[in-house]
Amino acid sequence: MTTIDVGLKPFDELNREIRACTDDTLVLNDVNGQRYIGCALSNKNITINGTSGNAMGAYLDGCTITVNGNAQDATGDTMNDGMIIIHGSCGDAAGYSMRGGKIFIRDSAGYRSGIHMKAYEEKQPLIIIGDRAGSFLGEYLAGGTIIVLGLHQEGKAPVGYFCGTGMHGGKIYLRCDTLPSDLPQQVSSSDATQEDMQEISAHLESYCAIFDLDKEALLASHFYVLRPNSSTPYKMLYTNV
Amino acid sequence: MGINYLYPDFEVHRDREKCITCRVCERQCANEVHSYDAESNRMVSDDTKCVNCHRCVSLCPTHALKIVKTNHGFKDNANWKGDVIQDIYRQADSGGVLLASMGTPKDYPVYWDKMLINASQVTNPSIDPLREPMETKTFLGQKSSKIRRDENGKLITKTDPQLALNIPIMFSAMSYGSISYNAHKSLALAAQKLGIFYNTGEGGLHEDFYQYGKNTIVQVASGRFGVHPEYLNAGAAIEIKMGQGAKPGIGGHLPGSKIGEDISKTRMIPEHADAISPAPHHDIYSIEDLRQLVYTLKEATAYTKPIIVKVAAVHNISAIASGIARSGADIIAIDGFRGGTGAAPARTRDNVGIPIELALASVDTRLRQEGIRNNVSLVVGGSIRSSADVIKAIALGADAIYIATSALLALGCHLCRTCQSGKCNWGIATQRPELVKRLNPEVGSERLVNLITAWNHEIKEMMGGMGINSIEALRGNRLMLRGIGLNETELQILGIAHAGQ
Ligand code: SF4
Ligand code: SF4
Repeated sequence: MTTIDVGLKPFDELNREIRACTDDTLVLNDVNGQRYIGCALSNKNITINGTSGNAMGAYLDGCTITVNGNAQDATGDTMNDGMIIIHGSCGDAAGYSMRGGKIFIRDSAGYRSGIHMKAYEEKQPLIIIGDRAGSFLGEYLAGGTIIVLGLHQEGKAPVGYFCGTGMHGGKIYLRCDTLPSDLPQQVSSSDATQEDMQEISAHLESYCAIFDLDKEALLASHFYVLRPNSSTPYKMLYTNV
Repeated sequence: MGINYLYPDFEVHRDREKCITCRVCERQCANEVHSYDAESNRMVSDDTKCVNCHRCVSLCPTHALKIVKTNHGFKDNANWKGDVIQDIYRQADSGGVLLASMGTPKDYPVYWDKMLINASQVTNPSIDPLREPMETKTFLGQKSSKIRRDENGKLITKTDPQLALNIPIMFSAMSYGSISYNAHKSLALAAQKLGIFYNTGEGGLHEDFYQYGKNTIVQVASGRFGVHPEYLNAGAAIEIKMGQGAKPGIGGHLPGSKIGEDISKTRMIPEHADAISPAPHHDIYSIEDLRQLVYTLKEATAYTKPIIVKVAAVHNISAIASGIARSGADIIAIDGFRGGTGAAPARTRDNVGIPIELALASVDTRLRQEGIRNNVSLVVGGSIRSSADVIKAIALGADAIYIATSALLALGCHLCRTCQSGKCNWGIATQRPELVKRLNPEVGSERLVNLITAWNHEIKEMMGGMGINSIEALRGNRLMLRGIGLNETELQILGIAHAGQ
């Protein structure tokens, strides 16, 4: 295990050190928003104590990054594989275009989480947000699964505006009693079926273990599932000249 | 069913004397225009389906066919022209957005054709490229304006990553999906032979083409299709696509119907689902955000590859370019409004953006004024049609140019402008196996090599004529250009004098 005291080290220096490190386990202490930590890495596990900066774990390809603190914007942008665990909240655009791996956020996420996330064969990305997600959650969603638990929302829809706009694949599970009021027409909503609940249960297994939550209690509440109406929403739009 | 208001644009003329009923045309036309009528033992044709791609004409062994633009038309009207009327019929019929392909066919001024190139006479000698060395090699990337030394006073010779081009011409982005496997392979092979680069577009990189990585630019667009660390590290440079000349301000959309097994694998998305590239990158809302993406890509590739930012030529392009030049990007690629596309809404293609000539001149001027021209290299595209256009672009300030339509023409494209249908009879803009195999990548790459080699000869010849022996000395050398038939404003933007001045 290698420990780096980050302090106010410039990001490029820090990331060069991380890349050059031959150890596969790293602990970064006193992180103060340095950007691009773990970008495109595939062979190291990193614990970040402090606040990770923008684009942490972008293009991540198979490590586990744990943040003891909050994360900023574009966490796990275009992530391909691996796992990001945030013991806190994260900023905007978490998991933008991610294609594989998992992002677990204990508290809330900002705008545009999981936007244009996609899935391909065995690559089935997953984002779980403990409390609440900002507007544009899962916009253009093309694949994968997003779960928002609304832990402190008392049954209110745990999302902001424009949830799932332009969605054409994947699914969004919301733990709540009322639906968001402005769901767009590309999205069809329904109560989670038994099959859905089984899937949610499987996804929550490690999430609840990591964050010390009572899974059964969560599963006892009501979940909605949002799915796209069509995988080819743009088909009827055009005429050839 | 309502009345069809549309009269066929083209008529298939078959010389009955020459036709031997071999049925080649029938097999060759994916639009199913030709068929054999057993009763009369004759070939018949359905003009409504013809797109004037010349495939049947080129393959008819007896030259019995020609395609003629119909002279049937509406009553003459300078305002309500026939195509305007027909577009209204089409939309009234379908309720759809008009979809078109390739560059705009509209009659906008082509400034390349309004600029003339200089040559030496008497006072400085011209150079014979056959006798003397001529340098067309070009390096793209940030050029440091400072000499740096280490603590011992030794010169630091490590430069920012550069793309080395033998000839200042590259093949611009065309995705696997918009064009075929064989078209991509032709471009890759040619780029390798020529020592230049081709560009994956936003469709990912087919596993077979990783071997051409040294001559590949990999693109990252808003859809991030097929983008992962291996892909980013496979190419020689990474291009962030912010925009495209044919459709500035809007995204792309490969319909689910075109996403077969191989495309799905390369883009890493399910078969038959729409592949949507949203108009914006959802992590970029400012130059600061762009900087973030630039640096994410640099970090992902350990600062070994230049990052290109590609934008469409729009009204404030010089301010935008100035921002990009400060974002840490190494190269700015600007795509003019005449640039091609596999599919774009016709109204956008025909009305949005500005000509590349004006965009280039104003960007180069602006970056010089601000003292940041060396922060970036400039690559321009959007209908570069000949070596003369290349010379003019470089003299206006470009470091290199991008071609796509010219490259497709070399591969046999006949500019029928129906790429969006996916039935390209020339095996280029199609994914149908029986059509794709019509394009032989060996032959295709050779034709591309021929084209670029020929242009390179011409470039050297014209440079020699000007008494210039390296591309470096031509770059931004606007004294080598004169305008013809241009007004004051145009001359001022282009930064050139009028012919005779
Ligand atoms: S579409 Fe092409 S191949 Fe078919 S008839 Fe017309 S010109 Fe011939
Ligand atoms: S690529 Fe094919 S379909 Fe497109 S314009 Fe050229 S010949 Fe026509």
